[in-house]
Amino acid sequence: MENEKHHIVPYRLYAIILLILLSLTFLSIEITRINLGAFTVAGALLLASIKSSLVLVYFMHLKFDKAYIQIMVGMVILLFIAVVLVTFFDYYFR
Amino acid sequence: MSQVIHHDEHYDPEGSKIGMWLFIFTELLLFGGLFIVYSVYRYLNADAFHLAAEELNTTVGALNTVILLVSSMTIAMSTTALQKKQKATTIVLLEITFMLALIFLINKYFEWGVKFDHGIFPGSEFMKAEMSQGEVLFFGLYFVMTGLHALHIVAGLVIMGFALARIQKGTVHADRPSLLENAGLYWHLVDLIWIFLFPLFYLIT
Repeated sequence: MENEKHHIVPYRLYAIILLILLSLTFLSIEITRINLGAFTVAGALLLASIKSSLVLVYFMHLKFDKAYIQIMVGMVILLFIAVVLVTFFDYYFR
Repeated sequence: MSQVIHHDEHYDPEGSKIGMWLFIFTELLLFGGLFIVYSVYRYLNADAFHLAAEELNTTVGALNTVILLVSSMTIAMSTTALQKKQKATTIVLLEITFMLALIFLINKYFEWGVKFDHGIFPGSEFMKAEMSQGEVLFFGLYFVMTGLHALHIVAGLVIMGFALARIQKGTVHADRPSLLENAGLYWHLVDLIWIFLFPLFYLIT
């Protein structure tokens, strides 16, 4: 039934993504060693977000998936961010 | 019109993929909720969380991060190998992923073991006597979140076991890769959650 061929991702691309992920991991370890106060948390979370989007886009094939799956993933992430924001507004202005 | 219809072979890769993603969404929101609990308690007990996080061993955490990242790559590569019809390579790559997952759990076992030896575990008398409420909260969240994550690793091992057996039997192959692809998606989810757990518990002190 399914005649369209799967996009085959070359091994090399996965290896490159792994190298980037590993370097970002060591970068975040180094960054959090320096005490930057609130920026430490922000920096670590920023690096984690970059890493997770690499995993989503390449390892989880989102780049090669149909648009509706990409949109659904995006909406779940937006929903999560919205809930975080609402929760923190609540605590901050209490 | 001489289309052969196999009644026993209903196969819908698109449907399986959507199903897996919907399941992943529920998992993301489950851990998302826990992350929100963590952030709120961190916001309310900043100093205690700072103190408690110093207890955790960054080296073990970093080692487990590397293990999970590499295992994510090997399972992704095994999908490529399956599509290229390289059955032996597919199996070897999946077996490597399986072994890495086991090593992750062994590390976790020793890591938790050290905590238990220090009297740090849910409901311990030492914690009630010596620690502030914020520190108890930190370790409570640490055990619940890394424990739930470890349960997902165990589930991942089971799914990979099924995928391995079906690839060896030949019922999962280049034209029916869904089981391996979904095992991969699940495994990447486990990796994804750890990507956030690691900095939040081990790095930010």
